[in-house]
Amino acid sequence: MNQQTFESRYGDVWRALAGWLDRAAPVPVPQQGAAPPPPRPPVVPTAEIPHLYRQVCQHLALSRARGYTPGLVEQLNRLALLGHQQLYGASVEGRRSDGGLGVIRFVTVDLPRLLRVESRVVGLAMLLFWGAVVAAGIGVWLAPELIYTLFDPSDVRNFEQMYRPGLEALGRREADTDVAMFGYYIRNNIGIALQCFAWGLVGGVGAVVPLLYNGAILGALGAHLTRVGSGPTFFSFVIGHGSFELTAIVLAGAAGMKLGWAVLAPGRHTRAEALRLAAMKAVKIVYGAVGMLVLAAFVEAFWSPRTSVPIPVKFTVGAGLWALVIGYWLLAGRRRRAAASGSR
Amino acid sequence: MIDTIRPVETPEGVELGLVVAGLPVRLLAFLLDLAIRIALISAVGGVLGALGGFGAGIMSVFIFALEWFYPILFEVHWAGQTPGKRALGLRVLHDDGTPVGWSASFVRNTLRSADFLPLAYGFGLVSMLANRDFKRLGDLAAGTLVVYGDETVAAPTALASPTDPDGALPFVATRPLRTDEQRAIVAFAERSPGFSPERRIELANLVEPLTDRTGPDAVARLVGIAHHLLGHRSRP
Repeated sequence: MNQQTFESRYGDVWRALAGWLDRAAPVPVPQQGAAPPPPRPPVVPTAEIPHLYRQVCQHLALSRARGYTPGLVEQLNRLALLGHQQLYGASVEGRRSDGGLGVIRFVTVDLPRLLRVESRVVGLAMLLFWGAVVAAGIGVWLAPELIYTLFDPSDVRNFEQMYRPGLEALGRREADTDVAMFGYYIRNNIGIALQCFAWGLVGGVGAVVPLLYNGAILGALGAHLTRVGSGPTFFSFVIGHGSFELTAIVLAGAAGMKLGWAVLAPGRHTRAEALRLAAMKAVKIVYGAVGMLVLAAFVEAFWSPRTSVPIPVKFTVGAGLWALVIGYWLLAGRRRRAAASGSR
Repeated sequence: MIDTIRPVETPEGVELGLVVAGLPVRLLAFLLDLAIRIALISAVGGVLGALGGFGAGIMSVFIFALEWFYPILFEVHWAGQTPGKRALGLRVLHDDGTPVGWSASFVRNTLRSADFLPLAYGFGLVSMLANRDFKRLGDLAAGTLVVYGDETVAAPTALASPTDPDGALPFVATRPLRTDEQRAIVAFAERSPGFSPERRIELANLVEPLTDRTGPDAVARLVGIAHHLLGHRSRP
């Protein structure tokens, strides 16, 4: 079949598919010379699109095999590509709105389950972080001058000022307002978490180092401030948002370590493929970390600094938040699975 | 053949060609986006700066959003394009040719800070030069491609009949033509509207033994032969 016949025989199919693909943005048909533009293709029922698309795919293969002109091949290639994107892009997560149900399901079911599935890497990150907290805490408690290996003397004085008993708001310089600190926590903390995830790609080092460093800071500060008598105020500040924030640091570190591990030990995949597979899972952990850090920023800016709230109340609320986080982590998303397997 | 067309096989068993974009054009798109972001920050910063601590807080959130989420939001909602990419006709797709989704876009744009290591996009540069699809680390991890392709519509254009600017009639070649010769002639006819008249004549003159003439007549004759090869038997 020569190209002329091919075009005139199947042109209607191509125009029908193109018309459907363009229905959102109808374009007048450009036509050579004085020939009148063909009538707009009739609107095809959507149910016929897969059929039309498969025909176009076949025509594309045929036109290549028969050596039809590059122009025709290119047009069919483009038509098939757009059809492909429409048909297969529809299933890509996040592209189609499901009325927020997907987000709710992710938060209540998928994320806690994923954290339990990935408990080895999450547990390792937790061990590194809390290990550093404890080690630095004990170190500074026994040898107070060690604090100066982590901070300048001026920083240490600042911290002592920020958490001394009798302040109106903890953890900030006097001029800082709640909203300013909220913005700072969002930008700084989430930025660090995302960077921790990304840099983990470098053999995991970029994730392990921030975990250890942040853990050491927390442990050393806690021990030092307890020595100088600011322990209760400091821990009443940290405990509330710490439930979200410290968990989020661990999660971001775990996600980064997952990337790094995929690069170091790709197993039966190529490195690139192992990295891709690890990233698809790790990114969901990062979503969890980012969500927790947003919550943490609210608590840290608007609740934690309040000294008008009695310290026992803050410890009670803080313990409640920790119980919430741990309970969520361990228990959320289990019931539905039990119900689902029970109904089978 | 050495080219930048990456074949993607669809479940229908047909290969689609995607033209992957190289380093310079992607760098330009990035710089354009960077300029847009800086302009936005300075514009919004001027307004919020007047609001004191409250403004500073909102400003931090705004800068954070621009730093990390500007490319993600645009890529997901603009079918794989940021403003910079749109200006340069680039698009981000999954490896299988489908439009980029949340997770892939989040991964490729978050891992930008790993590509940036050790400084000035060092890793990203090495990675792009080391694989045939110009993928930086973020693209490798996300399974994405940056391709040329600005078409958002299938635009039912005139089908690929070569045009006859000089009113060529279908003409039977005076001697048998090999397949590659036929292709060359048809390709000439197909592309000739994009050439200047002088260029058309210059090219047509190269095959004087076939057309037996030079100048505009040679062009018309060559296009006529192409028409005949494509199956036109009289004026379409």
